[in-house]
Amino acid sequence: MTAAVAAFRAGNAPHILQVFEVGTATMMASKNAIVPVGKVMTDAGQSFDPKAYVPAVAGYYTAPNGQMLSFPFNSSTTVFYYNKDAFKAAGLDPEKAPTTWPEVALAAAKLKSNGHKCPISISWQGWTQLESFSAWHNVEFASKQNGLAGMDARLKINSPLHVRHIENLANMAKQGLFVYKGRGNVPEATFVSGECAMMTTSSGFYGNVKKNAKFNFGLAPLPHYQDVPGAPQNTVIGGASLWVMAGKKPDEYKGIAKFFGFLSSPEVQSASHKRTGYLPITTAAFQLTEKSGFYKQNPGTDVAVNQMIRKVTDKSRGIRLGNYVQIRAIEDEELEQVWAGKKTAKEALDAIVKRGDELLERFEKANKAK
Amino acid sequence: MAAEKRVVFKSSWLPWVLIAPQVVVIAVFFFWPAAQALLQSTQQSDAFGTSVEWVGLENFRNLWNDESYLASFKTTAIFSVLVATLGLTLSLLLAVFADRVVRGSGVYRTFLIWPYAVAPAVAGVLWLFMFAPSIGIVSYGIRQLGLSWDPLLNSTNAMSLIVMAAVWKQISYNFLFFLAGLQSIPKSLIEAAAMDGARPWRRFWTIQFPLLSPTTFFLLVINIVYAFFDTFAIVDAATKGGPGKDTAILVYKVYFDGFKAMDLGGSAAQSVVLMVIVVALTVVQFRFVEKKVNY
Repeated sequence: MTAAVAAFRAGNAPHILQVFEVGTATMMASKNAIVPVGKVMTDAGQSFDPKAYVPAVAGYYTAPNGQMLSFPFNSSTTVFYYNKDAFKAAGLDPEKAPTTWPEVALAAAKLKSNGHKCPISISWQGWTQLESFSAWHNVEFASKQNGLAGMDARLKINSPLHVRHIENLANMAKQGLFVYKGRGNVPEATFVSGECAMMTTSSGFYGNVKKNAKFNFGLAPLPHYQDVPGAPQNTVIGGASLWVMAGKKPDEYKGIAKFFGFLSSPEVQSASHKRTGYLPITTAAFQLTEKSGFYKQNPGTDVAVNQMIRKVTDKSRGIRLGNYVQIRAIEDEELEQVWAGKKTAKEALDAIVKRGDELLERFEKANKAK
Repeated sequence: MAAEKRVVFKSSWLPWVLIAPQVVVIAVFFFWPAAQALLQSTQQSDAFGTSVEWVGLENFRNLWNDESYLASFKTTAIFSVLVATLGLTLSLLLAVFADRVVRGSGVYRTFLIWPYAVAPAVAGVLWLFMFAPSIGIVSYGIRQLGLSWDPLLNSTNAMSLIVMAAVWKQISYNFLFFLAGLQSIPKSLIEAAAMDGARPWRRFWTIQFPLLSPTTFFLLVINIVYAFFDTFAIVDAATKGGPGKDTAILVYKVYFDGFKAMDLGGSAAQSVVLMVIVVALTVVQFRFVEKKVNY
């Protein structure tokens, strides 16, 4: 994105730009730099039906007025991976993944007493343990429908449920059940190597594990707390989408529209979905994959899809906030203080809300002025 | 220096022409970007610069209200002092020994100078791999010794990691200057002292070290500037400023906010602050430390 911004400022922007989901609000706010995908498709006469897309995916990239702004490309969500061989060795049922957090703690304790040094680790801690966690339990991550309904959204992640969950993880960290392995997707390597037996991370990690892991592994839905009403709901998307940049020739936009038409064809979508673990973005692609018997042959690959294609609520549709790259960094910083035992869960979550809200206020102010 | 001979240009324009190339280089690569930073620090714009708004000093006010920004001053101070002192001490030590080596000195020196050709980001990754808690060979060794090593959550460990990487990267440069400085000290002085019965330790402190002081002073300034400006790639590759914000030095935040988070106004304001600090530090060094230098 940085390179693209530099290119745009130099008057030499690419036609299509892939931006990760965290940058979505920033891109939406840059109205003069982009052309909505919906407009590109209609102008080019390319048949385009926003309803063909999986709602939770398309909804995220759609403006409040219903126009699709960017083309969902590699969309993923958060799932739970576990090492079946390690489960078997620890006397756990390898075909039964833990479904609740108390079960995760029990499984972790068993793995540990069996000599496993890292029972569970977590990738993308902000995304998996705060964002997806909120949607999964149908609680707000931020006000204003998590930012989808307006720029005056503020963080809500210091609720009792959030505090309870982070406290729970902190206790697991203290007992050596949860081992912190770094920010972003850095911890993923420790699952592939077999060092960590369980991990919450992106469904897009599937291709990597399948290719490189030398053990049997399983995919399962994210764990939840059983006593929370409405849980499990659905998880939120991550990954990236394709944006069309402004200031190009009409013929070139036609080419882009054709290319997007190709990308969203069920065959292409389904092939990409099978290979990578990213979500199929159209309902047709999902049905095609199902018909091919892929989910039956590769159990667990449908977990991500099933988590996403449920009916969404206002609290679980997605999270779209301004200055979000910085807020994610704040989440990392504060959570690390909890894992290191320097702050309590409550202190850290309060700090995220306070520091994050300052950034949200600034974003709101900067964009209201226009 | 009463006998100094002053050469005076007769032409009024020739001196200007002669220094013009240098002035152009400084203007294009220093004054222009600095002016841009000053300008941007009073603006807020979206990532693509399609809408720009004047906000006066608001970017600076946001900084003062941010506790974590103020905390990173302390982190930066600790980091810079450690990098400068360790870097200078170690390279001086190496240079003194290299100066005494007679056979194979070429190979020895080449090895010491090599790390300077390594890019900071590569240095960061290199050290990260060696010290990574799960896979690092050095961290494996540390654990074998029965010590704990976790730069992901232990801030002292994390700080040691980036200091080591930054020092390692800068040692070659310092070494080169120290070695050249040592070799320019006339052998006769040292031999005279030796004949008077001065032992190596005494010869070093009373003859070599004072005569090296111009080099040491120059390197002190360079190392502080290096620690302040050139180390963000090491931090980015090794710790990303964590755990928490414990290794987020000022320049890393400039880099992160500007290039990762696209907050150009805030990032520009921070670089202006950084610029002021480094200018002030350099002035202080020239006014006070330089007095102790014998030219």
